[in-house]
Amino acid sequence: MTGQATGQVEQERRRGAFSSRRVFILAAIGSAVGLGNIWRFPYVAYENGGGAFVLPYLVALLTAGIPFLLLDYAIGHRHRGSAPLSFARLRRGAEGLGWWQVGICFVIAIYYAAVIAWALRYTFFSLDEAWGADPEGFFFGEFLQAGDVRVTADVVPGVLLPLAVVWLAVLVIMALGVQKGIGATSLVFIPVLVLAFAALVVQALLLDGAAEGLDALFTPDWSALGEASVWAAAFGQIFFSLSIGFGIMITYASYVGRREDMIGSGLVVGFSNSGFELLAGIGVFAALGFMAQANGVGVGEVASDGIGLAFIAFPTIISEAPAGALIGVLFFGSLVIAGITSLVSVIEVVISAVRDKLDTGRLAATFAVGIPAALLSLVLFSTTSGIYVLDVVDHFVNQYGILVVALVSMLIVAWALRALGGLGAHLNVHGRPRVGAGWRVLVSLVAPVGLALVLFFSLRDDLDEPYEGYPGWLLLVFGWLLVVVLPLLGFLLARLPWRAGTHLDGPPPGSDPTAPLHANPATRGEGGPR
Amino acid sequence: MSTAAIVMMVVAMLVIWGGLALAVASLVRHGAVEDRTENQPRDL
Repeated sequence: MTGQATGQVEQERRRGAFSSRRVFILAAIGSAVGLGNIWRFPYVAYENGGGAFVLPYLVALLTAGIPFLLLDYAIGHRHRGSAPLSFARLRRGAEGLGWWQVGICFVIAIYYAAVIAWALRYTFFSLDEAWGADPEGFFFGEFLQAGDVRVTADVVPGVLLPLAVVWLAVLVIMALGVQKGIGATSLVFIPVLVLAFAALVVQALLLDGAAEGLDALFTPDWSALGEASVWAAAFGQIFFSLSIGFGIMITYASYVGRREDMIGSGLVVGFSNSGFELLAGIGVFAALGFMAQANGVGVGEVASDGIGLAFIAFPTIISEAPAGALIGVLFFGSLVIAGITSLVSVIEVVISAVRDKLDTGRLAATFAVGIPAALLSLVLFSTTSGIYVLDVVDHFVNQYGILVVALVSMLIVAWALRALGGLGAHLNVHGRPRVGAGWRVLVSLVAPVGLALVLFFSLRDDLDEPYEGYPGWLLLVFGWLLVVVLPLLGFLLARLPWRAGTHLDGPPPGSDPTAPLHANPATRGEGGPR
Repeated sequence: MSTAAIVMMVVAMLVIWGGLALAVASLVRHGAVEDRTENQPRDL
């Protein structure tokens, strides 16, 4: 073997890898299935045509979600690196896109952990219904101690402690590595999540009023299909829930054996994610139907999403339902598990990038990334102003961070680099069913148009009126400024030199999926620099 | 539940969970050459 090929093989071994396709698929499902599946999808479907939403949702899944997922897989699997390294190998000038994605993941990690910490605390609150008769007052008052909208340094110990626990758990998982940490966690957590949520759904379906809840969710409003905003909602839901376009799937795919079927794996991951969303919709609306009936109101009056659904509506349901404590533990426990497996994937994007760039060990990179992230998370989100900052950062990073970087990277890969042909051919070597011209059209035209539509509606809403009525300074600092700084920082980081010997310019030696196992890639004359 | 709601719920289940079952079956049938030698995780 030449020195370059030997070095590449050694580098891949040092990076770590998933031990099998099954572990990779579970890890990818763990990343995709997150809080949004449980608390976002049901309400989005209800608000956008109910049963009729199935149609735009499936169209978005098949024409944009899965094709884009396969694009991410192809980039990472072919170039065998973190997001920055994979983009640098695709074309040196594109490395900044990878760092932009890394920056977004870092920001997401620091606030996402806070929501998991809330859910962790509420898992225990469920046992004795600590919120009493006023779940809303308890959540904002006693639990978060949220006051006026301003940034404070007043720490809330009830949030600080579980947040520290979440970070400790995540750092241990990350320090254990790709297989023993991420892979093993997914192997255990995903089956537990599915079982716990299935038990929750069964329990919810047994409640009085469950049928009314499902009726509200699935009754189709066909007129909604004529509204562009409904189609934008479908594309947005698919896009945000699949963990695509911000480095996660590129990173995970780089840890997969070179002869795996990435197309078949992508289909399983995509449909698993949607399958869980559907399960969540049934469980959540069955429970909301019970709540509506218990209070003598329509389902529409109790339906909500996000924080309102999880920390206000569900505690009310838990207080009123038979075996409420069980429902609470299953619901909040599911949020914690789904959140942890997603958070792990988000922070891995950053750790993987740091390791590739600086050639550091797993432990050093975990601490170098995890400790600053944990400290920032604790400082910003365990205070009395944490919820406001979190809400603003979450909205802007999702709408103008993830969405824009995904759109830009897709357009650059498809139109500027014209890399879809090579990436599709790579997928087809071991992938079934094969991708062809149809996939290239979907990735270069349909998916970008879908994302642009989502972006347009979001931008229109935010320019019409301030997001959630927050003061301008808060939106400027933690919203607009943040999303402008991230790409600038990304392209600045891309100017830092790679460690000596890093293979750039094209897929690395040994990444060719057609090569026989244990072959010497260097002597085949394949996979070298372009 | 209304008939329309039941129909749409069944359609959603069939398409999404059926799609998942087909995808899993296809992946299992197609299989892949295990590449474990290159995949030994070391995470140094």
